[in-house]
Amino acid sequence: MTLLVQYTLIFASVLMLVALGGCFAEHSGVINLGLEGIMVIGALGGALMMRYAPATLPPLVLVLLVLLAAAVMGTAYSALLGVACINFKADQTIVGTAMNMLGTAGATVLVKAINTAANPDDVSSTIQYIEPKKSFIHYIGSFEFNWFMVVAVIALIVAYVLLYKTRFGLRLMACGDHPQAADCVGINVYRMRWAGVLISGVFGGLGGICYILAGVSEWKFENGVAGFGFLALAVMIFGQWKPQRIALAALLFGLFRALSNVYIGFNFLVALNIPGTVYNMMPYIISLLVLAFTSKSSRAPKAEGIPYDKAVR
Amino acid sequence: MRKLLSRSAVQSLIASLLCVLMGLFLGYVVLLFINPAGAWGAISAVMKNFLNYSRTNLQLKNLGNTLVKTAPLLMCALSVLFAYKAGLFNIGAAGQYVVGVCACLYAALNWGWSWLPCLLFAMLAGALWGSVPGLLLAYCNVNVVISGIMLNWIGLYGTNLLLASVKETTSPYTFHLSTNAPQAILPTAGLEKFFAGNTRVTIAIPLAILTAVIIALVLDKTRFGYELKATGNNKNAAKYCGMAEKRNIILTLFISGALAGAGAALLYLTDFEQWACTASSVPGMGFNGIAATFLGGLNPYGTILASYFVQHITSGGAFVDKTLYCSQISDLISSLIIYLCGFVLFIKTSITAGLRRSEEKERQRLAAAGKGGEEK
Repeated sequence: MTLLVQYTLIFASVLMLVALGGCFAEHSGVINLGLEGIMVIGALGGALMMRYAPATLPPLVLVLLVLLAAAVMGTAYSALLGVACINFKADQTIVGTAMNMLGTAGATVLVKAINTAANPDDVSSTIQYIEPKKSFIHYIGSFEFNWFMVVAVIALIVAYVLLYKTRFGLRLMACGDHPQAADCVGINVYRMRWAGVLISGVFGGLGGICYILAGVSEWKFENGVAGFGFLALAVMIFGQWKPQRIALAALLFGLFRALSNVYIGFNFLVALNIPGTVYNMMPYIISLLVLAFTSKSSRAPKAEGIPYDKAVR
Repeated sequence: MRKLLSRSAVQSLIASLLCVLMGLFLGYVVLLFINPAGAWGAISAVMKNFLNYSRTNLQLKNLGNTLVKTAPLLMCALSVLFAYKAGLFNIGAAGQYVVGVCACLYAALNWGWSWLPCLLFAMLAGALWGSVPGLLLAYCNVNVVISGIMLNWIGLYGTNLLLASVKETTSPYTFHLSTNAPQAILPTAGLEKFFAGNTRVTIAIPLAILTAVIIALVLDKTRFGYELKATGNNKNAAKYCGMAEKRNIILTLFISGALAGAGAALLYLTDFEQWACTASSVPGMGFNGIAATFLGGLNPYGTILASYFVQHITSGGAFVDKTLYCSQISDLISSLIIYLCGFVLFIKTSITAGLRRSEEKERQRLAAAGKGGEEK
């Protein structure tokens, strides 16, 4: 049971972080379908930091450095979306899709090159981080506490305050709902949208490193992040673009994702004799059902997905 | 010259070529970062593909292999294209492709069907899988991209589960069709003679090209194609004109799914590949199809060329010096190309704007010259 709670919390943290990222981008008016790619690149940044950081660093410094690396890489990568979709008014769906493919392909090429350079016989795209991972984990009894649970809660509070209690957040949301009106009162829509995209990069990168640290101690970059970026978008829609509801939605989705890891621990689930593959499908099936029931009354930002053009009235 | 440049098809061609060149260049820069010594060799190996062999026989055989994989890619690209014309981004083509693989292999190996029913069954499976996001969009307003991705993963796990019953006992791969179900292999119709006896080259290739032509005709010459494009341009206007936009959305994704499903059958019924029941990621065919669609300037005929090009560099990835780089550099290049395709609209508007500016200048010059003439 502790195992289920532990996995639920860690997967919920991932989904919450990434969904909050998506939430910022969409509130500014840009649909960020590239979250999956941003997660991969963020994870790559964190994993490389863990690989190259000296082993003598105090755990807290290492944790902060890894988080920083992931956030910086995620932000830098999200700039690709910003340039194309805000400045060049490209189709956000195409660019997002390209970023997802580019993230996985780029990370694979880079990691393979690093591995082969270190050892000519090693052609895998795997980075191991058994030792550094220990810095992220504290045991409370048998419960494996992970720093990311704290990070996710902080992110939630920051997102809530930033969106609803600051001038910046309200302006950001204005740009997603009615950019022309926002422009009229002197808000720079392009700058606000850039801010939204870059913040989504920070959160996406953090979510990425959190995902690869959940449960395993090595990551094969060829696999990407298995649709987690899109699951996070489903969480965001289910959460109706509101941070507090996103948190609840993330817990629900996290539970179903966790089941595929730990169903063996439950006698009654094993007795049902359902193949493990079915549990792997669960999060995706649930999200489809949830989307089917919640999308009708969607409260999406009105101008999301439409490039802002000053000249159009 | 100016007249030529202002034609939309020419602009598309220029934009696509620019994307390819920029994509190759950026890929080259990435390789330079990783290892400056072998970068040029790697890029040229990718570009040469089958020409890396020196003997004509092997060249022809490998050209055949590239074509064998171009056929399914073209079908996936057409699937994406057809849906995109109706304003729908069918990223679920990858999942419809996977379901098609499942249907044709299961029918061939378990039920012993011959190739034509297998192909039709794969189409049906893909079509049904494709219509799910259609129904969800039409009746529940679910974003097609997100439901498509979810269905990709559900399809992948489902396929692994079902095909596990027809796999070899000692490996994760499904049985070879040539040994277990020779009746399901697509006929070659004598095409292997042109490719140094490569029997993987089957009627799949002409079928795929024929499909491209049919899609072009449907889009341009039929009422359904017109309604579809109208729905894509402005959903509300189409509805206002009395077009059944819900039915059109579902039907479009149904057909789009059938194309992707057929693509799967066109590859797997040649016995060129076996399905690995441990597959942990959705095959890249559907995603590469997106690259081919946009590179082809959203035109069925352009898509034929673009599909070949994308498959050419993907196959070329296998020839890269493995001690320096990995074969995924071709994935890197094709994803860079898709990213750059996002800028196509910008390139086109720049060309048009440039033309207008030069025309303006020309007119001013003429006006100035005319004025000068009057003064004399």
